Amino acid sequence: MTDQTTWDPSQPILEIEHLSISFFTRLREIPAVMDFSCTVMPGEAMGLVGESGCGKSTVALGVMQDLGKNGRIVGGSIKFKGRDLCKMSDDELRAIRGKEIAMIYQEPMASLNPAMKIGEQLAEVPMIHEGLSRAKALELARQIVADVRLPDPDRILKAYPHQLSGGQQQRIVIAMALMSKPALLILDEPTTALDVTVEAGIVDLVKDLGEKYGTSMLFISHNLGLILETCDRLCVMYSGEAVETGAVAEVFDEMRHPYTQALFRSIPLPGADKNARPLIAIPGNFPLPHERPQGCNFGPRCDYFQKGRCDARDIAMDPVPGGDRHESRCLRFAEIDWDAPPQVAKTTEKSPIGPVVLKMDDLRKYYEVSSGAFGDGVAKVVKANESLSFEAHEGETLAIVGESGCGKSTFAKVLMGLETATSGEILLFDENIQDTPIQQRNANTVSSVQMVFQNPFDTLNPSMTVGRQIIRALEIFGEGRNDAERHQRMLELLDLVKLPRAFAERKPRQLSGGQKQRVGIARAFAGGAKIVVADEPVSALDVSVQAAVTDLLMEIQRKNRTTLLFISHDLSVVRYLSDRVMVMYLGHVVEIGTTDEVFSPPYHPYTEALLSAVPIADTRVKKKRIVLEGDIPSAMNPPPGCPFQTRCRWKSRVPGGLCDREMPPMREMGNGHQIKCHLSEEELASMEPVIQIAAE
Amino acid sequence: MTHLSASAVLGELLYRFLPVWIALFLTFALSIAYKRRLGLYGRIFDSPIGMVGFFLVMFWAYAAIFAGMIMTHDPLEQVYRLKDALPGTKMPAGTKGYPYYLLGGDHLARDVFSRMVAGAREVLIIAPAATVFAYMVGITLGLPAGYYAGRFDTVLSFVANLVLAFPVILLFYLLVTPAIRQVGIPVGLAAVLFLFPVIFLTILWNSRYFTVPWKRNLYVGLTLVIGLWAYSGLAFNADPLGVFAMDSNLLNVFVSVVFVNAPTVFRIVRGLTFDIKSRDYVAAAQTRGEGPWYIMLWEILPNARGPLIVDFCLRIGYTTILLGTLGFFGLGVSPESPDWGSTINAGRKLLSIYPWPAVVPAVALLSLVLGLNLLADGLREESLRD
Amino acid sequence: MLRFLLRRFGTMILTGLCLSFVVFYLTNLKPNLERLAKTQASARMTQSQVHDWLVEHGYGEPVLKRYGEWLGVVPGWTGKNTETGAPMGRCVDPNNPTTKAATYCGILQGTWGYSTVFRSSVSSILSTRLQATGILMLWVLILMIPVSLVVGIVSGMREGSRLDRGLSVASIATTATPEYVSGVVLIVLLSSPMMGLSPVLRHWGLLHGTALFKGSAASALDHVTFANFTLPVVTVALYGTGYIARMTRASMTEVMTAQYIRTARLKGVRFRTVVLKHALRNALIAPFTVIMLQIPWLLNGVVITETLFNYKGFGWTLVQAAEGNDIELLLGCSIVAVVVVLLTQLISDIGYIYLNPRIRIS
Repeated sequence: MTDQTTWDPSQPILEIEHLSISFFTRLREIPAVMDFSCTVMPGEAMGLVGESGCGKSTVALGVMQDLGKNGRIVGGSIKFKGRDLCKMSDDELRAIRGKEIAMIYQEPMASLNPAMKIGEQLAEVPMIHEGLSRAKALELARQIVADVRLPDPDRILKAYPHQLSGGQQQRIVIAMALMSKPALLILDEPTTALDVTVEAGIVDLVKDLGEKYGTSMLFISHNLGLILETCDRLCVMYSGEAVETGAVAEVFDEMRHPYTQALFRSIPLPGADKNARPLIAIPGNFPLPHERPQGCNFGPRCDYFQKGRCDARDIAMDPVPGGDRHESRCLRFAEIDWDAPPQVAKTTEKSPIGPVVLKMDDLRKYYEVSSGAFGDGVAKVVKANESLSFEAHEGETLAIVGESGCGKSTFAKVLMGLETATSGEILLFDENIQDTPIQQRNANTVSSVQMVFQNPFDTLNPSMTVGRQIIRALEIFGEGRNDAERHQRMLELLDLVKLPRAFAERKPRQLSGGQKQRVGIARAFAGGAKIVVADEPVSALDVSVQAAVTDLLMEIQRKNRTTLLFISHDLSVVRYLSDRVMVMYLGHVVEIGTTDEVFSPPYHPYTEALLSAVPIADTRVKKKRIVLEGDIPSAMNPPPGCPFQTRCRWKSRVPGGLCDREMPPMREMGNGHQIKCHLSEEELASMEPVIQIAAE
Repeated sequence: MTHLSASAVLGELLYRFLPVWIALFLTFALSIAYKRRLGLYGRIFDSPIGMVGFFLVMFWAYAAIFAGMIMTHDPLEQVYRLKDALPGTKMPAGTKGYPYYLLGGDHLARDVFSRMVAGAREVLIIAPAATVFAYMVGITLGLPAGYYAGRFDTVLSFVANLVLAFPVILLFYLLVTPAIRQVGIPVGLAAVLFLFPVIFLTILWNSRYFTVPWKRNLYVGLTLVIGLWAYSGLAFNADPLGVFAMDSNLLNVFVSVVFVNAPTVFRIVRGLTFDIKSRDYVAAAQTRGEGPWYIMLWEILPNARGPLIVDFCLRIGYTTILLGTLGFFGLGVSPESPDWGSTINAGRKLLSIYPWPAVVPAVALLSLVLGLNLLADGLREESLRD
Repeated sequence: MLRFLLRRFGTMILTGLCLSFVVFYLTNLKPNLERLAKTQASARMTQSQVHDWLVEHGYGEPVLKRYGEWLGVVPGWTGKNTETGAPMGRCVDPNNPTTKAATYCGILQGTWGYSTVFRSSVSSILSTRLQATGILMLWVLILMIPVSLVVGIVSGMREGSRLDRGLSVASIATTATPEYVSGVVLIVLLSSPMMGLSPVLRHWGLLHGTALFKGSAASALDHVTFANFTLPVVTVALYGTGYIARMTRASMTEVMTAQYIRTARLKGVRFRTVVLKHALRNALIAPFTVIMLQIPWLLNGVVITETLFNYKGFGWTLVQAAEGNDIELLLGCSIVAVVVVLLTQLISDIGYIYLNPRIRIS
């Protein structure tokens, strides 16, 4: 065994060679990772990217040697500083965990012990590994808490995890990982559970700390944009295998694997347009671990697939000539013309916008809640929606953008009739519906306003077949005269969402996420919906199916001239598919306008920050970094004056502390573009674009 | 020879249960062969604990079904020479029928073995039936309490907690007495509690089929006719055809057991409803304008079935224990009743000299409840897996 | 917090009132009163004589008023003996009817009534019997809590291990064994001179008495010994032990799979410290509630066990009162039982809040 001191710092800090990990269930062995190799050099940030189920998190746990009861490393080696982790005893591993390798997890709340104070949880690390005294350890903890840019470290050290916000908790988890200045930091989707503007802050912090401490990083994410922002190299995984690895810029610009290429073509990058340059969805589905095809795992979905060659035998990683440690697991990468423009499926004409079908006028929704855990506090009013006014036209896509707590879900509930408005009007085809709860709406009104839900795993009743659920909607909407007609109509709806008719007999658990979401769409359109509220319909789906589902929605919309209210926090998707955008913050509409207007200056300061926060997976894009301080205030306790003033970087430009005192007016910027801000005309005009695409 | 040896007794016992063994063998062979296609039931056979539990439960279920073939004597027959006889004692000369008291005789010279088998039949009818009724009550009230929350829930939860705050034995001593039967409280309780299954089924069909009137009328009509017919017989002993009837002693016991169990079921269902009602598919049902009862009964209830099935098994066991407790204190049962609780009670007076009359039903009860608990544990493990 | 406690307290009093009224109503049903009249006066009374007797002894008034009297918020009834003319009344001392009687005499004033079965005042009976049961409960808790917690934690610590499976099956078995079964089995196995262990031990010369333990705990009332008290204590504890162990195990396995336990493990904390420092506190929140709520449950076990072992404690008294139609004593027993239940619920609520910082600090 080599001692740690003899490790040569010019050698890789982490060297994974031909790693295979399997999980053993009663029925079979499920290979989760196969023949995975990757190398991380000191100070290097390595990205591990792939869709859910591709095995990227399993690799991380394999490195930590923490695979649980069922998981086992069945082949290969993991060398950390030259020592094989798989051959270490428990004591040796313990000495490395937390001291040399630290890990940061997806859900910060779950990864902190709810019954221990933050200070104790932090101090524990150096107390174990460096034998520091409690006082010394707490002193160190205080220093690190300040390092992760948390205000008032002394108070935080004495707090319990639930007293902090999600963003603060994640900073604590990072601080905990840094307590012993580890050589390698593993980050497993560290920002997925957080809002975009909070995410931007965390990403910034991780990058800075990585530079400051010289820590190597293994950054796991499904988000290519994030990888671009944080990593030097990356490794693309598909179905348990690494398919391509190399320097970030090289893989992004000169990818040499069909999956990587397909992935990039299916995500909405700036310049994509739903009519002129639509996204190209990857056909088919992600193979289940025990149903992987022979030969190339990506074969069945690949445009370049050659029968008899690609499915003949296992394919090895081969270096790409001329690349910087660039490798690809493709037999044909030398033959493919990588610069050929994609075969565009079909471009469509921009469909005309029709008359107004939905009009909201000064809509307000207040809730009364009693605060305090025992329900004994003073009843407070939560202003979930404040003076919402807008119009939606036939055949139009209106995007509603905002982070958690901005009131977009409340708005949807009021529109659907699950809640009634506190004041204001909703006009649906000239009919006032703001005070009509759903039970009192007639079937026609109900069927014309429908909803597509966010979570595909939750949107269908797990104990009813797909067909039954659609037929039930038809029954309720009064479609069809008898069971046979409804059955026929149900099959047609399955055709509409491009699902095989055989799916009618299946239970939801036999469907993939994307397929469930399609059923959800079919159900929403069962009664010929005129207005569909889509609440983050693709955010929980994998990147490769997102495009297909978005595409489907667009297609049905064009056919039925449906008005789509697209609720999302993902500005990339919004820019791609919406005609107009409405930005919300803490129950207020802060900006509304056509997509082009909202995405170019002048911005509302919040829109500006939001645009900057969204990671974009395109090396040509130059972004201005604007990191918002702090967290989104609670809707229970909104700040006085402008809702955004606590985090606004332009606040100092408004004279006389107006932002602290007064709610800014909605200002007309021309052509229906409105901004709710106190900034002067000149200041607004002086804003620079956040996103610029470098000239090619 | 007047005695069978211990091994001969054992051999005879095994032989007496022959129909049970055959039935068990068939059940297990068929179930294991098709276990992949049988859903949650099939997965019992993946868990050794669940299999043992299922074995014990089915053993007693089949014993109750085939009791007529298994019993060696009439459970009330007294053969005076065999008072407190040892297990395996031969019948005196001149008596007809089966020649041995396999598990001995009790203090009234009755056959312990036959009484145990007869007791199994008694227990395995009352305990599951009472549990089903408790479930009907608990579900019908728990669903709206969890779904609407608010004041309705506050009141019902208060009442449920009220019942649960009573120590069970005290409640039984108050509820299962001759005096209370004279006042008619059990019939009143039965009138309320037995109505719930009818209400439950009526709402169930109506919420589902109100869009197709002929189907709705058929199902609801059938439910009402059969349900109210049974209801009149069971609660008021007023069935015009005399098919449904319940002895007043039994009614008293039955109602009390349902009454004790229902609040717990209510709390479980309420909690599950609370949990499930925030799912998107419930929101989807709401946004397409479904009525609240459809959502509760067809969207929420089927998805709460996992924990409910587990609790159902446990609750049958618990009900068995409660019935035993009643028997143990001699509440609401006639002295000749072969149910296990009262047999234990009758046998405990001479426990240290003649233990078998008490030990045999005790072991029977223990094995049945153990089986149910093991089965529930197996089901819980299996439903949590994957 | 204070408001929460007040509200909790209010609910508790309301529950207590409802429960005591139900008990009062059910024990004072007409047939019960008639039986009382016949046992107190003469078994051969006619229906109208019974009625007169009841009216004369204050049972003729509406049930709500009598409940108020019993509670001590409505003045006690007064009347005259039809034969002697001596004053009678709820608050009148029957042995000394001429002394001035109080207006209110209910349980709020400490007047618990008179037991017709034991011919003694209810409060004195209850205090001695509760003491006896208190000793039993004390030993039960001393045995049950540590055993169940250790079993639960050890089996939940490594879910699925052989040790876990063994302990789990054992806990399930004890929860499947009601006291009247375990008591019977224990007596036969350990205290019968002819069956079970004792004859074997005697044969080997390890035992000199007739049996290992005594099958009756009547003598434990005067003098608790290992021989006369072990079996009742074990009988009561057995059911609860399995139950609490199951709860603790469930809670422990849940905590052990929590993300923060993985965090601790991957911080390099050793397994023992993970269990003791990180898991235990979180895992004990649920069992604490269960233990407190288990105490009313133990009351059932106590009733059965005291009857089975002939130990004259609270449970035994309850059975005697119920079977002897001793209305006032049964009411007294019920009140004690209900108060115990409500107090344990309160303690469990407060303890839950105290143990759970997520609720405590907010």
